[in-house]
Amino acid sequence: MAKQLWKGNEAIAEAAVRAGLEAYFGYPITPQTELLEYLATRLPGLKNSFGGNRVFLQAESELAAINMVYGAAVAGARTMTSSSSPGFSLMQEGLSYIAASQAPCVVVNVMRGGPGLGNLAPTQADYFQMTKGGGHGDYHPIVLAPATVQEAVDLTYGAFDLAEKYRAIVILAIDGNIGQMMEPVEMPPLREIRAHDRGWELTGAVNRPRRFNSSLFLLPEELEHMNRALSEKDAAIRANEVRCVEQHTDNADLVIVAFGSAARIAQTAVKEARARGLQVGLFRPLSLYPFPEKRLTELSYHVHQFLVVEMSAGQMVQDVQLAVERDADVHFFGTMGGIVPLPDEILAQIEKYMPMMLPNETDQERDVLDVAYTC
Amino acid sequence: MLTDSLQIVYERPHTLTPVITHYCPGCTHGIVQRLVAEVLQEMDLRENTIGVASVGCSVFAYNYFDCDFAEAAHGRAPAMATGIKRVHPKRTVFTYQGDGDLASIGLAEIVHAATRGENFTVIFVNNGVYGMTGGQMAPTTLPGMKTTSSPAGRDVETMGYPLRMAELLATVGGASYIVRRSVHDPGHINQTKKAIKTAFQVQQQEMGFALVEVLSSCPINWGMTPVEALAYIKDKMIPYFPLGDFKIAENVKALKV
Repeated sequence: MAKQLWKGNEAIAEAAVRAGLEAYFGYPITPQTELLEYLATRLPGLKNSFGGNRVFLQAESELAAINMVYGAAVAGARTMTSSSSPGFSLMQEGLSYIAASQAPCVVVNVMRGGPGLGNLAPTQADYFQMTKGGGHGDYHPIVLAPATVQEAVDLTYGAFDLAEKYRAIVILAIDGNIGQMMEPVEMPPLREIRAHDRGWELTGAVNRPRRFNSSLFLLPEELEHMNRALSEKDAAIRANEVRCVEQHTDNADLVIVAFGSAARIAQTAVKEARARGLQVGLFRPLSLYPFPEKRLTELSYHVHQFLVVEMSAGQMVQDVQLAVERDADVHFFGTMGGIVPLPDEILAQIEKYMPMMLPNETDQERDVLDVAYTC
Repeated sequence: MLTDSLQIVYERPHTLTPVITHYCPGCTHGIVQRLVAEVLQEMDLRENTIGVASVGCSVFAYNYFDCDFAEAAHGRAPAMATGIKRVHPKRTVFTYQGDGDLASIGLAEIVHAATRGENFTVIFVNNGVYGMTGGQMAPTTLPGMKTTSSPAGRDVETMGYPLRMAELLATVGGASYIVRRSVHDPGHINQTKKAIKTAFQVQQQEMGFALVEVLSSCPINWGMTPVEALAYIKDKMIPYFPLGDFKIAENVKALKV
């Protein structure tokens, strides 16, 4: 299929439709509104897997939208909502309940500046909120961060399968740049979805015992049991769903770690640095949760400098620090408030740290120390 | 044989599960739930129904009805029911909510579900108090009534006036059937059942949003005996929350119950 020019938000919406999105509930907020608007015309008229019509509904608030998603999800539909940071905050209540109820759904967060009303400009400052749970209780959604519109389409297309595989929440972490930019995209085909009973959805107790879906477990033993089940699922997600992309990391003295549009900009800086003879690589987590910590740990056996670039005050940098060997240096460069870093600024950071590379002798001493520790 | 001459005249509807409820002695939740269950049975809706429980004393409704059930976050039952009903428009969907849930934290959700004319049924149990958390002031607590969070009595100047939900929702376009009933004596219990049945028929005929507000007692948190509590509904609650039909759409009037 030929490539077409798509705006990020609309491309994500179309990819969701093609993946079999059956019920969308949303609320307007910049910079994600085009997603809602697109689905308002695209979804009606399409059939769902139950023989009815697919649903588009503008909710009265993000709070209502996520709870409508909750209802549609326990009813067995492929369902999604989208929002931007302040609205995503409002959804945390519902997301906690959905996590506990193990209802699969997809949530798109086209991040804007915060805290508070912030502004409409692109940031990556919801990293903590998305990857660490966001709502109350022990849970982690799966969080995917595309760096191009094509990648946003591909990840959205697979997100519903992923959500259903684990009966989990999949969040697409879109910074405002990706949502608003236009790029050539190859759209995947429209999938036919068929309803099939998976043993948990609420569809009416026809020829089977009744089912109920609740996140309430009053007895501590029962709630711990449920939490252990969530933890086991989480362990499987961490074992199977880690995704990352690397460039020049095999022969790098310094590796930049960045996701989303920050990674695209960093890629330009890496190219320029290598043209100047600097051994720089790029490590781009595609899954922010599960975080590719093992691969980062491996890298830090031979790379001793990491530069984390984020459009925030520094959030993912904490996960990088946790992942790398203790003697690796983790530097941070961040922009906030919707300021997008420039390749030259990242290059200046690279040049700031490259001359400080430790001489080889020290490296050998460090190896000795490492051995001492492992013994 | 003695049993040959015996006839079963009253039993548990098969739409209720055979469990003992957690409700306090004298609480009328059990009556309201039974009425809903009887209606579901009489209309042969058990297999067709998906209920949505709320947060509060009615939180365990999903344990008591023998049909598919979801348990919503506090106040969000109408939003959750919207999601379920829109996905399964041919299924019977109802929420069972208390006054703290529906009239306070879930006020936006119930008003917007009504204004969209969501084709589901709401059973709204109003006992004027937060029961599950131990008797705090609700938006429906009567002026002057003492609760654990209004120990000197509800002062409307600082704590606001009780919300009359049925009257409020009757002003909303999408609402088709909005009534208030009470379960303080057998006659009123029968009237409540009839209203609940109408509310489910409104849904069955796809006539839009239907809500039955039921004045209910909470003897424990009111500090009364069950008998005193029923008298309190009659003497104190009904004067503030008058029983009646607040909105009946033209097509609903033609329904024969």
